[in-house]
Amino acid sequence: MGSEPREVERVRERFAGALQDVVYFRGEDTLVVAPEKIVEICRFLKEDPEMAFDFLADITGIHYLEREYSFEVIYHLLSLARRRRLRLRTRLGEEGVIDSVTSVWRGANWHEREAYDLVGVRFTGHPDLRRILMPDDYQGHPLRKDFPLEQ
Amino acid sequence: MPVQEMEKTTPSDPLSPETVTINMGPQHPSTHGVLRLVVELDGEVVKKVVPHLGYLHRGMEKIAESMTYHQFIPYTDRLDYLAPLSNNVAFVLAVEKLIGLEVPPRCRAIRVLCCEIARISAHLLWLGTGALDLGAATVFFHTFRERETLYNFIEMITGTRLTTSYPRVGGLARDIPEKLLPQLQKFLETFPATLKEYEDLLTRNKIWLKRTENIGKISAADAIELGLSGPNLRASGVEYDVRKAFPYSGYEQYRFDVPTGGTGDCYDRYLVRIEEMRQSVEILKQVVATLPAGPVNADDPKVVLPTKRKVLTSMEELIHQFIIVTEGFPAPTGEVYQAIEAPKGELGFYIKSEGEKSPYRMKIRSPSFVSLQAVPLMSEGMMVSDLIAIVASLDPVMGEVDR
Repeated sequence: MGSEPREVERVRERFAGALQDVVYFRGEDTLVVAPEKIVEICRFLKEDPEMAFDFLADITGIHYLEREYSFEVIYHLLSLARRRRLRLRTRLGEEGVIDSVTSVWRGANWHEREAYDLVGVRFTGHPDLRRILMPDDYQGHPLRKDFPLEQ
Repeated sequence: MPVQEMEKTTPSDPLSPETVTINMGPQHPSTHGVLRLVVELDGEVVKKVVPHLGYLHRGMEKIAESMTYHQFIPYTDRLDYLAPLSNNVAFVLAVEKLIGLEVPPRCRAIRVLCCEIARISAHLLWLGTGALDLGAATVFFHTFRERETLYNFIEMITGTRLTTSYPRVGGLARDIPEKLLPQLQKFLETFPATLKEYEDLLTRNKIWLKRTENIGKISAADAIELGLSGPNLRASGVEYDVRKAFPYSGYEQYRFDVPTGGTGDCYDRYLVRIEEMRQSVEILKQVVATLPAGPVNADDPKVVLPTKRKVLTSMEELIHQFIIVTEGFPAPTGEVYQAIEAPKGELGFYIKSEGEKSPYRMKIRSPSFVSLQAVPLMSEGMMVSDLIAIVASLDPVMGEVDR
């Protein structure tokens, strides 16, 4: 495992138990991490001078049916100085609750609101978790797999 | 915000109890589409801004989940509808990355050409309407003259002006027509002088300076923290351009500069976009000078549509055409994120595939969505007229904000 990227090595040594899997596909690196540790890992990746993932490009959620997990939350990070991208993935159970990373990047605010609105993932500690694209009184979360395309 | 809630809004300053909450948009020309800002005003001073989105939400990401990859291309036209060509390119690049398909050099160069024409035309529209918002109506007529020329080029290339849907997964719908290059070359020779004309109207214009300088300032640290990208990020002095940082479609072959600002105010965002148009001209000149010959489509009959002639003369090709159109092609299990430098900033497509013929989940990271997040920070404490300048300077397009 000597040739694995620095990000993987550092996260592995710092958060040994929290790194569940590493996926390499088409030149992109994905770390699958434990949801309980998401804020700590994000803060480490942002603030560690060697990692310097200062830019949060995107957060999104995915819903699954009939799996051991019901949701995935995907974080796309970018280091402006190092010109590196990194993807974090966490898996959530049926209740779909995870800590908000708005304390790490303020810009996470609207991304998390969107994931809440469309997929129904709830972010604890988010300062203003309201719907963003759908109307305030809307029922349901359209990007869930059991939500029909036509009604 | 429901009316009851609006009435509940308490004044933020006890000394001036008479703050007024008003709606700016969703139907107001200066909001560039259907953006709605609920603004709390103390006289003319903006106390608080709450953006409300979603008036143009069409559920594109949901629709994508039941479409083949080719079927989704026309939907991307309707993201940033001022630069449909760059959305098309971003999407097909993402799908090509997912299925691991390389396109021929000529195709890559033509895609760069399309993206840069789209950038200039999008910036021209921004410049014209942005100036119009601040009362400088003349600029609008000037920029729309050149924009028209560019739209004629787009029509020549794609057969249509707005809903281009020109790139295909693995190539392009067709090669560019021969008559395009001489005309484009002529445009590239005259356009820098025209840019100077626009600048003569604005860059040293006292009213323009008063309306844009030191208005809507955002520091580099705040811009990064909020995730601004494109000209809005660069105006704050951060030199990040996807074309340089993560070159795609052969951008590494072309020489161009990445202009940056210093203070991150509306004026800097204006200067950066003007200079970007100049750099786009440079790129286009190089594309025209070095355009490789050869095919525009990859040689992969399972993905790329055959030519009409082949469909009419070969049974196999007819079957391929039938399968691609009716069923599409499966993509391997996996996930990719492909970003491009769209006129508005980093436009990214995240595709999660489970090995099916349509994406399991597709997320569109749109630059305008993120830019709007900065409106409250930039405008609180400014005048309501500055709010107009700020929204205009961020260049949001609601098609890609609401998706």
